[in-house]
Amino acid sequence: MMFVPGNNPGMMADAHIYGPDSIMLDLEDSVTMAEKDAARLLVHNALKSIDFGGTEMVVRINPLNTPYGKKDVEAVVKAGVDVIRMPKTETADEVRELEAEIIKVETELGCVGRTLIMAAIESALGVVNAYEIATASKRMMGIALGAEDYSANLKTQRTPGGAELLLARESIVVAARAAGIACFDTVYSNLDDMETFRKEVELIKTLGFDGKSIINPRQIEVVNEVFAPSQKAIDKALRIIAAIKEAQAKGSGVIAVNGKMVDRPVVIRAERTIALAIASGILDKEEAL
Amino acid sequence: MEIKNAVAGTLESGDIMVQIAPGEGLQVDLQSSVAAQFGRQIKAVITETLTGLGIDNAYVKATDKGALDCTIRARVTAAAVRATGKDVWKD
Repeated sequence: MMFVPGNNPGMMADAHIYGPDSIMLDLEDSVTMAEKDAARLLVHNALKSIDFGGTEMVVRINPLNTPYGKKDVEAVVKAGVDVIRMPKTETADEVRELEAEIIKVETELGCVGRTLIMAAIESALGVVNAYEIATASKRMMGIALGAEDYSANLKTQRTPGGAELLLARESIVVAARAAGIACFDTVYSNLDDMETFRKEVELIKTLGFDGKSIINPRQIEVVNEVFAPSQKAIDKALRIIAAIKEAQAKGSGVIAVNGKMVDRPVVIRAERTIALAIASGILDKEEAL
Repeated sequence: MEIKNAVAGTLESGDIMVQIAPGEGLQVDLQSSVAAQFGRQIKAVITETLTGLGIDNAYVKATDKGALDCTIRARVTAAAVRATGKDVWKD
């Protein structure tokens, strides 16, 4: 998920060329208060007009308790955004309040249910309430960690090893998995230190995150490399799925691949491996079927 | 509709700076490195956007840096909203 400032039309128009899985146009922290109105119009018109090549489009709105939040919702829902990212989410009620605002606009447009929600968790209270937030609405597609605000709220600071974020990261992954939605890690802002960035991506993949937020196209390749499964893992996953399909066709419940029993968790892992291989561009979707 | 002086947009690549001032009829003064190829279209987008907002009398100075039509519409609308104080959103 690549962050793009909402008041920079040049960056917005080019963002999809680099092939991120999703683009998050930002109306919040990267836009000054004096430019909130102009950025909102820019994002609205860009979403309506630019062909982003099928890339999932997310907009980070301003909090609803600011003078900008509700106008942001109206502008992006009317433009057909895929996902609204809610910043600094601390309670399930805040998600439900956002959902009500979305429904108001969707009702007017006759498209109730179209817009999904992602909640950014950026405080200790948000982490404590992560599961309630993740299950607050059927529109919830994911939760994400916002580490800068979270670290400040904890009265600490970010370190290369990320020890200060460990509980938040694990809580967010667990809450997302329990809720059956996706989870995304925070940004890494130092573009001159790609080695630490790679280590961070390796860490969050191990923890179970579905993806990483990025601030520059240069970071896409590293994320894809880390998240891409090995050829050996892909081959094994394809064998497992083929064996499962064959067993289902024969009406057989239990199967073995290479002499090892294949049970449900193995199949789930195989499906995820194939999904990651497709998303990373190293396996053709048709090949996987 | 009463118009005050207002500006929106930047001079960065891919953007357009739009300045609006009181005027008689719609008068558009465009500076663009692609004026020869796209000047007529850029002016058309500017005037259509203003007319759509109910503004028929204004002087517009636009400095284009290769903006897409959607960016032109957004910047003209932002300048018009600032010039008239009438927002396009409900809340």
